[in-house]
Amino acid sequence: MKKEFRRRPKEKNTDSLDKLPPFDQLQALLQQGAITCEDIVDRCLHNIAQGAYLNAFLRVYAEEAKQQAATIDQMCQTNNLPELAGMVVGLKDLLCYKDHPVQAASKILRGFVSQFSATAVQRLVDKHAIIVGHQNCDQFGMGSSNEASAFGPVRNALDTTRVPGGSSGGSAVAVQAHMCHVSLGTDTGGSVRQPAAFCGLVGLKPTYARISRHGLIAYASSFDTIGILSRTIQTCATVLEIIAGPDDFDSTVSHRPVPVYTAQLHFDKRAKVAYFPVALEHPGLQPAIRKQTQATLDTLLRAGHQVEAVDFPLLEYALPTYYVLVNAEASANLARFDGVRYGYRSSESITVADMYQKTRTQGFGQEVQRRILTGTFVLSADYYEAWYVKAQQVRRLIKEKLEMIFATYDFIVLPTTPTTAFKIGAYTQDPLAMYLADLYTVPASIAGIPSISIPNGTDENGLPIGLQVMAPAFGEAQLLAFAQYLTLLL
Amino acid sequence: MREKYTAVIGLEVHAQLSLQRKMFAPEVAAYGALPNTQVSTVTLAHPGTLPRINKQAVDCAIKMGLACHSVITRESIFARKSYFYPDLPKGYQITQDKTPICREGYLTIDTPEGCEKHIALERIHLEEDAGKSLHDLVEGETLLDFNRAGVALIEIVTKPVLRTPVEAYSLLGEIRKLVRYLNICDGNMEEGSLRCDANVSVMLQDSSIFGKRVEVKNMNSMRHVQLAIEYEIGRQIAVLDRGDMVVSETRSYNAATNTTQPMRTKELLKDYRYFPEPDLPPLVVSERWIEGLRESMPLLSRAYHKKFMDIYQLPAYDATVLSEDRDTALYFDELCQLTKHYKAASNWVMGPVRAYLNELTLSIRTFPLPPLILAELISLVEQGQLSFSTASQKLYPALLNQPEKGVWALARTLDLFQESDTTKIQALVDEVMAVYPDKIAAYRNGKKGILGMLMGEVMKRSQGKVAPKVANSLLLQSLEATQDHGIVS
Repeated sequence: MKKEFRRRPKEKNTDSLDKLPPFDQLQALLQQGAITCEDIVDRCLHNIAQGAYLNAFLRVYAEEAKQQAATIDQMCQTNNLPELAGMVVGLKDLLCYKDHPVQAASKILRGFVSQFSATAVQRLVDKHAIIVGHQNCDQFGMGSSNEASAFGPVRNALDTTRVPGGSSGGSAVAVQAHMCHVSLGTDTGGSVRQPAAFCGLVGLKPTYARISRHGLIAYASSFDTIGILSRTIQTCATVLEIIAGPDDFDSTVSHRPVPVYTAQLHFDKRAKVAYFPVALEHPGLQPAIRKQTQATLDTLLRAGHQVEAVDFPLLEYALPTYYVLVNAEASANLARFDGVRYGYRSSESITVADMYQKTRTQGFGQEVQRRILTGTFVLSADYYEAWYVKAQQVRRLIKEKLEMIFATYDFIVLPTTPTTAFKIGAYTQDPLAMYLADLYTVPASIAGIPSISIPNGTDENGLPIGLQVMAPAFGEAQLLAFAQYLTLLL
Repeated sequence: MREKYTAVIGLEVHAQLSLQRKMFAPEVAAYGALPNTQVSTVTLAHPGTLPRINKQAVDCAIKMGLACHSVITRESIFARKSYFYPDLPKGYQITQDKTPICREGYLTIDTPEGCEKHIALERIHLEEDAGKSLHDLVEGETLLDFNRAGVALIEIVTKPVLRTPVEAYSLLGEIRKLVRYLNICDGNMEEGSLRCDANVSVMLQDSSIFGKRVEVKNMNSMRHVQLAIEYEIGRQIAVLDRGDMVVSETRSYNAATNTTQPMRTKELLKDYRYFPEPDLPPLVVSERWIEGLRESMPLLSRAYHKKFMDIYQLPAYDATVLSEDRDTALYFDELCQLTKHYKAASNWVMGPVRAYLNELTLSIRTFPLPPLILAELISLVEQGQLSFSTASQKLYPALLNQPEKGVWALARTLDLFQESDTTKIQALVDEVMAVYPDKIAAYRNGKKGILGMLMGEVMKRSQGKVAPKVANSLLLQSLEATQDHGIVS
């Protein structure tokens, strides 16, 4: 099987796909009667079945999806379509959906069924989006290649020998392979933007606290955001304006009013764009990406925008800062998975200590264990000041530096990733090399600012390159408009 | 031997807040519900759940802080305290570490010598409770009840300034009185809504270096706290006198043997890995919030005590009894707005009222007679219209049964009023005078003791209803008049 895909991966994958009409035009088609919602859902289910080898979905809610489609088709006759009617959505396996299993792609949550829906999910359901299933990911969102799932790796539909990125790899491939219009992923350090880049999609990580985290299985609470994977900026904006905003269940969520992003997608300003030479000169950056990013900056300059190099010496501290802090938070966030109240419990244990040890050793994947141990270490009394406190200080410096840049510039443009999609197994024995994949995405996560990855051409192997645009906190409206402009420009 | 040493004691008191809701979870938190019936997904730490601060718990903590003269922290953050235990659902407790909601302050206790002593506080902070592990309810098994998990607590931590077990006992009593006055905790140690751990060490009298500290746990009454500390001081002194070192450890008090035993020796080094709780924003307390609470603060026990002594001129004993709990103090204070016979009011409340409440184990809150009725009763006695014994033994029980009837109406219905109409009493006196001419002669001849017998006759003929003072003076007048008359004739 594997060899066959390796031989002629591209042809095979695209041929068997039954492409979805983009959501942006779908409602008109539905109302004209040119297409039915049942047909859309059937196509998604067909693609999911055909693409089972991609391992994008962990659970498919086919019957529910079909029923909801039938309901929407009835609504089409009354001419009054709810905002998201016809939209098929997949959920990363870190997002709770009432009365459905959710497992964080980990053995430790085996058999767990959520008793409530994430606020973001509920808001989509309220607007009649169809939830088609839960998608594969790195366990608890910890990984950059989707190889760290208890359910096996997800394959990039463009080249099945390659990873789709992570941790929202299944979510990216599902959109890439026309299994759904939109995926809700989560982005803690790049987990939506990086797979979007690897799969040639739009991936948005909004401002921290723009979307309620209620129902998002926590990895690192002060970094976690729900993110959106889609084919177009328009679709991304449509989803964001529905799921963002205040929520009683999350006391950290922002109470700022949510703009109507879809009404503000036209960008007609002269943009002030900063870029970091330190990022473009980084030795780990794939030459094709450097070239492509440089070309984009040149295009912007030629189009009359202000494009300037800005120093960002803190870039080299971003990854260590990020990994100290997220692991610290993760070590506490994942303490609840102890086999006592739900999920997996080792049957071999006799004493309480035994139960904890065996349950967690057997239940968590290796990368999760590595991060819990690192996090426990940096929070222990003897190391707290040297690691956790220091990292918090650097976090503040990075945040302040980025804020300072945004006092002058509208956007920061840099590559989303140092490389394009790499081979499955390339870094599984070298976690530090794997962490490098997040080099360019973690600064926005550390600062809590919005950041989007959009397709920016391909490399010598025809693999997609991602362009990352960052904006100041709560600058999603400008960010989406500028990204839309860039999409048309490139 | 003991005189060589001084004990140094600090208390850590947990008060479970009497609130409708838990500290960070939405469900009700009532004591005594069936196991695991008050457990939301938040309490059970289901993935995807987030905490929300219960503002009323913050109110309680601030009130306690104000009552203890503490500094209220204007911006405090919650922290995670991590440890693994099956009754701790999240694997961490949300508490406050570096920024407790209240800092410093003091509580006042009365020493056995009758002086007041200030006991300095370190802090008061907010946190959530853990669930309960029920060991061996089913043999060989541990069952878990998460009803208590997430219930709001305040922890009051004193500085190590207590010196004797009696002081510790008094302080705990003071804390219990205070939380009850503030109506933030029911103060019930047996049910565990008030819990106390004691840190005890001993040092040589003239030393300024504290000895090794031992934490004593599992005392479930105020008396046990005192006994446990007493035992622990004795034990530590004995260890030192043997030339040994006291081991810094956590010990558990055993009430049956009145001793302490070491526990958790393996966990001498506790590393709770505190760090700021990222799921909660900083708790910002505005000046307005504090002032609003300050204005709503009730008068506290010591203030009532002072008022009862200074304004109502009551003896210290009465003031102490009447200010022991807030409801009694409130009732009495209201009563004193309605009558000026303060001492009589005190006697009534400490006497017949308490007797009734004790007998039926009622709180004064559910006492059927409002202060106004009791005030009327008191004034009837004080104005001589009713004797105290008639009032307390006949009218009071009747009123308790039918408080709606009213004092006057009921007294009239029961025909309890004393006769003070002089014409009618004079008639009775004349009657008696006519019946006992020989006794009158004896009186006249100097046997003044006869007066009591004659008074008894008057009372008997009135069926006990004449006002004794009036009858007495009329009888005297008549006897003297008869004598004068006799001389003239």
